[in-house]
Amino acid sequence: MNNILAIAQKEIKSYFASPIAYIVIGFSAILFGWFFINLLYYFDRMSLQAGLGGGGPESMNVNEMLIGPLFMNVSVILLFTLPLVTMRIYSEEKRSGTIELLLTSPLTDFQIVMGKFLGALVLYAAMLSVTLVHIGFLFAFGNPEWRPVATGYLGVLLMGGCFLSLGLFVSSLTKNQIVAGMITFAVFLMFWIVNWISSFSGPTTQAVLNYLSITDHLNDFTKGVLDTKHLVYYVSFIAFSLFLTVRSVDSERWRG
Amino acid sequence: MIEVQHLTKRYGPFTAVDDVTFKVERGEIFGFLGPNGAGKTTTMRVLTGYMPATEGKAIVAGYDVFEQPLEAKRRTGYLPETPPLYPDMTVVDYLTFVARIKAVPRADRKARIQTVMERTRIADMANRHCAKLSKGYKQRVGLAQAILHNPDVLILDEPTAGLDPKQIIETRQLIKELAGDHTIILSTHILPEVSQTCQRVVIINKGKVVAIDTPDNLTARLRGSETMYLQVDSAGADARTTIEAVPGVTTVGIADSRGAITGFEVNSETGRDVRRELAATIVSRGWGLLELRPMRMSLEDIFLQLTTQEPQTHAEPAPAVLEMAHE
Repeated sequence: MNNILAIAQKEIKSYFASPIAYIVIGFSAILFGWFFINLLYYFDRMSLQAGLGGGGPESMNVNEMLIGPLFMNVSVILLFTLPLVTMRIYSEEKRSGTIELLLTSPLTDFQIVMGKFLGALVLYAAMLSVTLVHIGFLFAFGNPEWRPVATGYLGVLLMGGCFLSLGLFVSSLTKNQIVAGMITFAVFLMFWIVNWISSFSGPTTQAVLNYLSITDHLNDFTKGVLDTKHLVYYVSFIAFSLFLTVRSVDSERWRG
Repeated sequence: MIEVQHLTKRYGPFTAVDDVTFKVERGEIFGFLGPNGAGKTTTMRVLTGYMPATEGKAIVAGYDVFEQPLEAKRRTGYLPETPPLYPDMTVVDYLTFVARIKAVPRADRKARIQTVMERTRIADMANRHCAKLSKGYKQRVGLAQAILHNPDVLILDEPTAGLDPKQIIETRQLIKELAGDHTIILSTHILPEVSQTCQRVVIINKGKVVAIDTPDNLTARLRGSETMYLQVDSAGADARTTIEAVPGVTTVGIADSRGAITGFEVNSETGRDVRRELAATIVSRGWGLLELRPMRMSLEDIFLQLTTQEPQTHAEPAPAVLEMAHE
């Protein structure tokens, strides 16, 4: 455990010692803010119409109409920013030769992979924590329910974990950061759009495709529903990616 | 302390290390000598547990590096060819991180880091970022990292490469000081470095062990029998018998001949330098002495491929490394 923490801390330090952390957090905050304003205006217009009796929705719910869609929009930000975080995790160590230090230290492959994953997860959590400001405004000026917000954050955190673990795996495959970044981005996008064709396919395919979609599983979280189905999906997705990473690091040794 | 048995490492069809066997005793400094691409780094990487061997066995500090890698790694310090530094960490931060992953007890960490920094003379750079260090300091931080957890076995891949002459002397001195407590394997392609620091040497070429011995014995073997190449212009028909008659000469063969110029291969008695007598004889007969040089033995051929001699003129000689074309 101490080893995992040592690696994680080293990763976090290196994120914040380089511009990566600040750029990722800063630009994500700007994008999130933009989504927030957009949805806020929309919600404002809707509630105005409802107040005037102009045929708005029956009940105005800030959770359903603002916070929920906001969380769904986060996946767009993740799609673009997380490949930038993960693409260097392994490739950088390989390029600078520090991988030799890690692999010749008394560490297991699992500890290295887990430490790196945790480090990236902390950076991601820091990125998410900026959005607490926006949500804080809603609590200050409105009265949203806190439970769907909490489950929404959990869902977004888990979804990010999926992206990060997958990116970590891709990064472990190559020495080239651009290659790692591009593949990660493509795979993320694939998992994002995989169910777009589901409406044209048969019921079985449809169910499978919907189940595969990373973003689809986020829906219930944003509505305040904690469904084990989705939890299992996210957690097993992360576990499987990390497992693949450990195998990939191990096979790297054999291939030399 | 270190036992390597029939170690073989293949990358696809390419055999990097071919059936290497050797043993290193506790407290010894053991040199790996060989040209670039000879398999030195690969052997070291196998010993440190960085990569597994295709065949064979390696035991480091009493633990099989394949069966009990963590135990073996705990007792091994490794300085790769490029020091494995994190550019955005300060030297102290870096050593603290290394101390953690090398399982130095928390209570000892500070003292240990301090000791090691003083020993490798990097204390003045403690708060400098690794990226901003000079090559010499980087190398020394790498060395500090390797000895930080006080390992039984130290494996150093070209520890003096890229250092200036003063730093080379210091590093060699440090390595000698470290021997005794530690068993050291170091690789180099500089011949004099081996004779100055190592107690025993293994010469590797193309993945195979060519010789294992003490530097003195190796040198003695090289000088065991002398062969000269002698080129003479307009020599008489009795040239061969004349040369054979020179005291100390055992056999003479004709190596080549072009018109009036004849080349001879002259073997002489062990340890006897017959160049003066040869030259005097040729000149006294009125022939033209065009060339007279020692021909190297096969072992020295390999040595020559690896190294050139250190110039002996300076008080602190710089190694003149002959960069070999990569095979």
